[in-house]
Amino acid sequence: MGGIPHDHYEPKSSGEKWLHSRLPIVGLLYDTLMIPTPKNLNWMWIWGIVLVFTLVLQIATGIVLVMHYVPHVDMAFASVEHIMRDVNGGHMIRYFHMNGASLFFVAVYAHMFRSLYYGSYKAPREVTWIVGMLMYLLMMGTAFMGYVLPWGQMSFHGTAVITGLFGAIPFVGESIQTWLLGASAVGQPALNRFFSLHYLLPFVLLGLTIVHVWAFHTTGNNNPTGVEVRRTSKEEAAKDTLPFWPYFVIKDLFALAVILVVFVAIVGFMPNYLGHPDNYIPANPLATPSHIVPEWYFLPFYAILRAFTADVWLVQIVQFLSFGIIDAKFFGVLAMFGAIAVMALAPWLDTSSVRSGRYRPTFKWWFWLLVIDFIVLMWVGARPAEFPYDWISLVASAYWFAYFLVILPLLGVLEKPNTPPATIEDDFNAHYAPKGEGKAPIAEPAE
Amino acid sequence: MFRKFTLTAVALLALFSGPATAAEVEAEIHDYDFSFEGPFGSYDQMQLQRGLQVYTEICSACHGMELVAFRTLADDGGPGLPEDQMRAYAEFYEIFDQSLFDGEGDFRLATPADKFPSSNVATAPDLSLMAKARAGFHGPYGTGISQFVNGMGGAEYIASLLSGYRDEPECALEAEQPMDGYYNIAFAAGGYPETCIDDHGHYTVPGSWISMAPPLYGDDVEFADGHSTDLEHVAQDVAAFLMWTAEPKLMARKQAGLTGFLFLTVLSVLLYLTNKRLWAPHKHKD
Amino acid sequence: MSHADDHQGTRRDFLYYATASAGVVVTGAAVWPMVNQMNPSADVLALASIRVDVADVAPGMQLTVLWQGKPVFIRHRTGVEIQEAAAQDAEFDSFPDKNAQNENLGDDALATDENRTLASPEGEGAGAWIVQMGVCTHLGCVPLGDGAGDFGGWFCPCHGSHYDLAGRIRKGPAPRNLPVPPAAFVDGTTIELG
Repeated sequence: MGGIPHDHYEPKSSGEKWLHSRLPIVGLLYDTLMIPTPKNLNWMWIWGIVLVFTLVLQIATGIVLVMHYVPHVDMAFASVEHIMRDVNGGHMIRYFHMNGASLFFVAVYAHMFRSLYYGSYKAPREVTWIVGMLMYLLMMGTAFMGYVLPWGQMSFHGTAVITGLFGAIPFVGESIQTWLLGASAVGQPALNRFFSLHYLLPFVLLGLTIVHVWAFHTTGNNNPTGVEVRRTSKEEAAKDTLPFWPYFVIKDLFALAVILVVFVAIVGFMPNYLGHPDNYIPANPLATPSHIVPEWYFLPFYAILRAFTADVWLVQIVQFLSFGIIDAKFFGVLAMFGAIAVMALAPWLDTSSVRSGRYRPTFKWWFWLLVIDFIVLMWVGARPAEFPYDWISLVASAYWFAYFLVILPLLGVLEKPNTPPATIEDDFNAHYAPKGEGKAPIAEPAE
Repeated sequence: MFRKFTLTAVALLALFSGPATAAEVEAEIHDYDFSFEGPFGSYDQMQLQRGLQVYTEICSACHGMELVAFRTLADDGGPGLPEDQMRAYAEFYEIFDQSLFDGEGDFRLATPADKFPSSNVATAPDLSLMAKARAGFHGPYGTGISQFVNGMGGAEYIASLLSGYRDEPECALEAEQPMDGYYNIAFAAGGYPETCIDDHGHYTVPGSWISMAPPLYGDDVEFADGHSTDLEHVAQDVAAFLMWTAEPKLMARKQAGLTGFLFLTVLSVLLYLTNKRLWAPHKHKD
Repeated sequence: MSHADDHQGTRRDFLYYATASAGVVVTGAAVWPMVNQMNPSADVLALASIRVDVADVAPGMQLTVLWQGKPVFIRHRTGVEIQEAAAQDAEFDSFPDKNAQNENLGDDALATDENRTLASPEGEGAGAWIVQMGVCTHLGCVPLGDGAGDFGGWFCPCHGSHYDLAGRIRKGPAPRNLPVPPAAFVDGTTIELG
């Protein structure tokens, strides 16, 4: 499988040989589990396992919840309360599922920003990155449709708003929105189909997870130096790497356990902190909650959506040039999806010859500004659309695009990067020099 | 570099200077000390029973609670009524049963398996989940910090609302038409007279006008345990009871959370040591 | 793995075993609720036991109530019926099913009239009340009551099973007596089922 030379599975007993010649599944699992992994991976390389765990958690709790949930406008809300009140342990299962979505997004954002910092998206890992982006889109879709199912006020009116985005597409928008909802407004058809898709998409995600892992097992992991593992011989590769099992499995499990300590504390002690009280009111088409705020993980892109109003000159120019086809509403939708699209294009927009941000002195500043920008967008997305928030979200949105479209391409040309170490082994030894007991075994996180 | 600093400065300024013009109604929510707050907090059984009494004698005249089953009144971690009292309580209510009278339906006495009836008055919302459908604390500026410190505060909101009725402020008396409803300093979602808004669009008095008439005045009920029947105390008792109806498994949840927390902490420590031991030969080349 | 660790092997092994066991315990604790949630929920359990008001059921009347999705016959027998039912005990040897099929009694209780009937409330003679599932033990039809059939008890119209005054199968394809569910008087006029 992988490009890094290493020992492969050799069937020994006759039984193993029998199976191996018919279905080499043990070999596949062995090679996957024993894949040579750069030994200098730091604590930002744990999120993949956290994400796999969360996906499994969501699927397991989800399947269980479906055993009690009724996707009907008259019964959905009550059936969720039935789970919360009567089903054995149902309240815990439901709270785990509900907060699991937040854990999912915490992990995926950490995972994405790690890739952005260490240049994990760059050649030859573009396919891994693109598949990851697809998974991110699917995750957002799944999370959104899951939020519809309790059929509370936020579920109902959030659905109206989000499907309304598609209504902004010129000419065909309204038909698309009607097609999505199966009616002119949110109701039973929408609830039923979102339930169906909310059950389906996690399994698609599971499939894409395998593709994602397959892709980076082919190219090998990136690592904090961005230097590739030496592949000239098995011996040289072994100096740069350690097998995934047990070294990285145990390390990742430790990190996962620590994260779960926090997660369980949130579920046990403040399960509604990240939710919205209005979703404990049954859906009522006649009364809209005073302000509709998406879940926190959508806020940055929601802020970008709202940022481009009709009085922004860029929007006016575009509207003029497109003969009014692209109005402010559609521009906002384009900007929101564009914000994700520019991220997906990062492998081709980044011109730097050095992969890891660790050796790019100027890049670091812009990168951290992007992180702050993301947090500001998240915060401003929850604020009312009025001065000064409209202005902040416009500036923050502009920076988001500037980072990918202007800064990444220019920096590669203008910046003078430092020299990364020649090998991963050198980097590792620099941290854990052969000086006995000296250093703490925990590598520092992302600089 | 310059750009980075200006942008950060703008963002930080915005974060901490707050909204100069955002016209939001100030609601006065008192941070009551409820027994069920915090990781180790639990419901006060006597308080829940008093709250049930207040609900029964006052709230239930208009409001319903159609998600709460009578049997749960006897549950551990709830009001904990003895089985026979719970059964007798259920029989205060009459329930329409479609299966009676050969499918035509008829009224019968409620049994423990039945749920509280729904609201008698169309405009009175169901109270089953009220304590989770409202938040007592917000902000500041959308950061969620006050919820983190004070909790979501549904019960605080209810208690504050029930004891938040005041005489109409002077500015309202100047209005051409008297306001519909009752002035309440804890209620933010209601109507507001023009005369109580200043030139900058700010509201000059806290709260707004609510359509529910004051349900409690103090000394509305008599508690068998001799507990105070002050307005504030009664309001807190019924708020605590409604917190239980909204989150009946609160104590089981905290128990499970604590157990999980401890188990996972032990597992984390063990995994930390295992990880350290595993990597030691590679990290210290001795 | 490394030779440097060999001398402290036991301590290392202990740590590994402890970690693995803790992992198994945590996983098990997480999996159990997923299994347990399929057991009957609180609202279902609450319906496992219902109370039936029989104050209005005069001698000679039968009440059919729904319990756990199945009909239950509650019959208030007249003095004549009580005597006739007791007399039917004499034909015990010819009963196809000699077991009382009474959940309130042990598995080996015999199908006498006494073992089939409910303990009467205070102030009423023995054998006045009989409570049994209204489901024919043949293929699950609901038998007709009020003295139907050849033995003055119940008759199943589907395949012609005859039950006597104590709900015992006497003739026809049904293999067993009508089962008696857990039942008892909680006060003079209320029967609790389940």
